Amino acid sequence: MRGKLELTNVWKSFGDHQVCRGVDLSVGAGQMVCLIGASGSGKSTLLRCMNLLEPIDEGAIHLDGQDISEPGLDPQPIRTRIGIVFQSYNLFPHMTAAQNVMLAPRRVLGKTPAEMAGPVEALFARFGLADRMDHYPDQLSGGQQQRVAIIRALAMSPEIMLFDEITSALDPELVGEVLDVLRQLRHEGMTMVLATHEMSFARELADTVCFLDGGRIIEQGPPEAIFAAPREARTRAFLERVL
Amino acid sequence: MIAAGSTIAVVLAIVVLVPLAPGWEAVQRSFFNGEVFAATFPGLLNAFMLDVAIFLWCAPAIALLGLLIALCRDVRSPALFPLRMFGALYTDIFRGLPVILVIYLVGFGVPGLGLPRPWNSPYIWGSLALILVYAAYVAEVIRSGIDSIHQSQRSAAASLGLSEGDTMRFVVLPQAVRNVAPANMNLFIALQKDVALLSFIGPVEIFRQAGVYKSLMANFTPYVGAALIFLAITIPATRYADYLLHKQRRRQR
Repeated sequence: MRGKLELTNVWKSFGDHQVCRGVDLSVGAGQMVCLIGASGSGKSTLLRCMNLLEPIDEGAIHLDGQDISEPGLDPQPIRTRIGIVFQSYNLFPHMTAAQNVMLAPRRVLGKTPAEMAGPVEALFARFGLADRMDHYPDQLSGGQQQRVAIIRALAMSPEIMLFDEITSALDPELVGEVLDVLRQLRHEGMTMVLATHEMSFARELADTVCFLDGGRIIEQGPPEAIFAAPREARTRAFLERVL
Repeated sequence: MIAAGSTIAVVLAIVVLVPLAPGWEAVQRSFFNGEVFAATFPGLLNAFMLDVAIFLWCAPAIALLGLLIALCRDVRSPALFPLRMFGALYTDIFRGLPVILVIYLVGFGVPGLGLPRPWNSPYIWGSLALILVYAAYVAEVIRSGIDSIHQSQRSAAASLGLSEGDTMRFVVLPQAVRNVAPANMNLFIALQKDVALLSFIGPVEIFRQAGVYKSLMANFTPYVGAALIFLAITIPATRYADYLLHKQRRRQR
């Protein structure tokens, strides 16, 4: 069976530095895949490649069977189907939270403000930010900003969401509110790929956990297997360090 | 307190000592002549309105052309490389020339081709010279503003499916222009002063008018009057630009 998002032998290097060295990964519809591993193991780059923010050097990425890594392919329509949320939020600082969320639907999907008002308000309400819509990013806490960034990506109605260590820049007491959002999305059946350091979260919710080291997936499987009985020595060593 | 004390002491010393200097009377007669000042000041003020008018029609044209050149220099598509080269060449040339040279070249040169009225007006070609030169500086300032926007902003916009044009228009430019507002403000203050250079090719603006009065009255007080009028505009404007810069630094911290 083919997954919704299928990576085959993906290679990516920056100059002489090989960041991804032959990654194979299959993400089924409605699944949640967690990428774990030390900083620099290639998790973030892999996510950026899936969103076509970085062109891959070799291999292929298929979305619903379509090769989206073909050179010369217009990345825009693909990106509207795959949302990504970054570690550093990357909200547009000169726009209010609501303007941040509505820019892309307006410009890319051609929606009018009147059409969007209801659904956008509902999104903010769903993630507990109904009273923050008209605030600018610098008037929001880190956790609130990250939730706005998630709403911004969701407003494009993507089929897959990628999350790049989205809680790593947050104060510990703000991590929970963002993880709750992910939990909610998980229960709604969103297809998700996360690069994360939140091991207990991965253990609780992931369908598949992949351990990356040196740009390769060293070991992957259901969380019980990876966390309770890792087969590879490197996986064991990593988990001992972080748990 | 100490600052105020020392300031008062220095001012007092100047007021008391300067008139005692030998030759002060001659200086006063030639530069600070009350009668000449009263007689010429209204005329100078009147002539200054022309400076203001030239400034007012040049400034928007400069902003627009500067923006276009800055955008040319930022295009990334290889097919549009000639545009990029044009932008670089343009800024290199017009930032590399003395303003007065461009004014002579365009302001005298083009009407000299024998254009019919009103197309031979020095107002048109003199203004165009100012626009060409200042647009190059404004373009550089805007480009530095564009460069100052972190790549992650472009990534975020791209990841939402925004086109490069929309990313520039809605995400990068609004932030960039705001970041460089103080620097641009300083350029426009400089422009306000350089409008006086057009006097060399004809328009009787304040500097030229002051020269006329000087010749009529054999006295330099009209120049001092003109200087006061310029300072009345430029000092508050400079202070305002400093204030903007200060506010921005505070915001960025």
